[in-house]
Amino acid sequence: MALRDGEGPFFGEFGGRYMPESLIAALDELSEAWQAAKLDPEFAGELAALHRTYTGRPSIITEVPRFAAHAGGARIILKREDLNHTGSHKINNVLGQALLVKRLGKTRLIAETGAGQHGVATATAAALFGMSCTIYMGEVDTKRQALNVARMRLLGAEVVPVTNGSRTLKDAINEAFRDWVANVETTHYLLGTVSGPHPFPAMVRDFQKIIGEEARAQVLELTGALPTAVAACVGGGSNAIGIFHAFLDDPSVKLFGFEPGGFGLDSGKHGATLEMGRPGILHGNRTYVLQDEDGQTMESHSISAGLDYPGVGPEHAWLKDLGRATYRAITDDEAMQAFRLLSRTEGIIPAIESAHALAGAIQLGHELGPDAVILVNLSGRGDKDMETAGRYFGVLDEGGAEQ
Amino acid sequence: MSASPVADAIHAAKAAQGGALIGYLPIGFPDLEQSVEAAVALVEAGVDVLELGLPYSDPVMDGPVIQAATQAALVAGFRVKDVFTAVRAVRERVRAPILVMTYWNPVLQYGVERFADDLKAAGGAGLITPDITPDSAADWLAASERAGLDRVFLAAPTSTDERLRLAAAHSRGFVYTVSTMGITGARTDVDAAARTLATRLRAVGADPICVGIGISTPEQVHDVLRYADGAIVGSALVKALADGGVSAVASLAAALARGARDTPSLAD
Repeated sequence: MALRDGEGPFFGEFGGRYMPESLIAALDELSEAWQAAKLDPEFAGELAALHRTYTGRPSIITEVPRFAAHAGGARIILKREDLNHTGSHKINNVLGQALLVKRLGKTRLIAETGAGQHGVATATAAALFGMSCTIYMGEVDTKRQALNVARMRLLGAEVVPVTNGSRTLKDAINEAFRDWVANVETTHYLLGTVSGPHPFPAMVRDFQKIIGEEARAQVLELTGALPTAVAACVGGGSNAIGIFHAFLDDPSVKLFGFEPGGFGLDSGKHGATLEMGRPGILHGNRTYVLQDEDGQTMESHSISAGLDYPGVGPEHAWLKDLGRATYRAITDDEAMQAFRLLSRTEGIIPAIESAHALAGAIQLGHELGPDAVILVNLSGRGDKDMETAGRYFGVLDEGGAEQ
Repeated sequence: MSASPVADAIHAAKAAQGGALIGYLPIGFPDLEQSVEAAVALVEAGVDVLELGLPYSDPVMDGPVIQAATQAALVAGFRVKDVFTAVRAVRERVRAPILVMTYWNPVLQYGVERFADDLKAAGGAGLITPDITPDSAADWLAASERAGLDRVFLAAPTSTDERLRLAAAHSRGFVYTVSTMGITGARTDVDAAARTLATRLRAVGADPICVGIGISTPEQVHDVLRYADGAIVGSALVKALADGGVSAVASLAAALARGARDTPSLAD
């Protein structure tokens, strides 16, 4: 069986559907709608038209030689998901699910968000389709991504700061599930990553795999060959699986996922789930989880709100155990240095999430040598991160020069 | 199939007083010792079956009251092994059967077989598992069968008849009838959906059936026992314990038990 054929509920021993009975009917309904939509050319046509006229697909690729000069001279090519409408890859999944929701006849979207990119994309789709929208966001994240909170509210969404647990992405997911249980008749939970119970990991991947499908053809056209390696950042893992998927059955192409290393793996303050976690169940699927001896979920840490998650999509857990993809950690500082380097050498300000993939590409370039071609998923743009970056580098005019 | 201490207790309560009262409290809240005292007080006040919660970091089926209590227990240092200490301590003092309510990951990490053995050895009757369904619980079905433990699965208003049959066939002790679409917490009206769901569960052979979520007053217990075999009260008891300590939770339990006893044994 080709690696690309994984349809869930299980990817090897990972995945599944460990959920309260109250939500099983909604998950079954969603699975059926998705299976039907996959076979329906009208659905594919509608989504493709939206991507062409609204998202701005296909997204371009950009070769970045001045940046690559700092990466051992390997060729580095960026897949520009940052240029999508709303500023990240999240819109790919959101528009797909929103079209399904229209078919299901539901009128309200809820979603979790970490960095706010998925929340903004969901609020955008709700505005576009005339649906009401509630976004759950950890209180910690509403502060570090205040600009995206304002964007969501301008788009007409209600943003609910989540004040329980660690007040970050995992708690926002818990709160979204609680809302869904109570309102499932009218409401769709538009999960933003390749995690959660079946069918989300496979379905969200199917909506994101367009990234790799486009990029594979674009790199072939540019270089005449497949890339040596593909790099992406991994929080829940949707942009990574999106760009990996088209290459899963190209054994010559090495796949690298870069997890948030926070203050370093030894510090205990990181979000490197695949390196430091162990298999368990979180948010409805069996996967690697950062957890203590008792199975209590541990708090993750990352400078990047979008990667600050103690679980990871089950397909990544499977690819790790198979050895098909390699996962490494990038510290906050390594990511921030890459963030600044791309800005200064290429005039492209990446999201801090994506800067983890860029820092990884610098490492890979040195390891793989000047003949290598490295495709990097630039999953989002950095506008939302100006306050964090401004503080980090002391480039704000007032109150930001401490560091 | 092995005998079920929980089903026996519910049937006995039904014969004696019209139905069973099942009371929930989290283990380790406000601390381990007082959670044991509170559980004993529930039984002494007339609760027929205890449901003791295992505090977990990500309780997606729980509302604010239980979330706050279980989070406080975790902050205070709750460990999974405390479950067995608490169950043993309560069972040494009162006879009511004890079900442990737990999300699945802590059991998985402890080891499903080992958890089953240690719970059985402590005198526990079985588990209520809110975030796994029988079709995702092969290892628990096997372990509970081997250890002779009860296993309570949930049935929801949105469940198809096929899924109700699944819950009925695999539950032992009772089927947890989710009264309303939502998470735990007191509600002014226990949903009419509960009565419909109870009827549907009877039709697929579920026995006994107990209704939970949103029940907080003696009147609601009374109403639920007109069509169900047991009524489950959680958040209201936890709130009483949080606000007024063991004596407050004991008085509420006594009032709820009067609600259960006032039920005519022949349902109308």
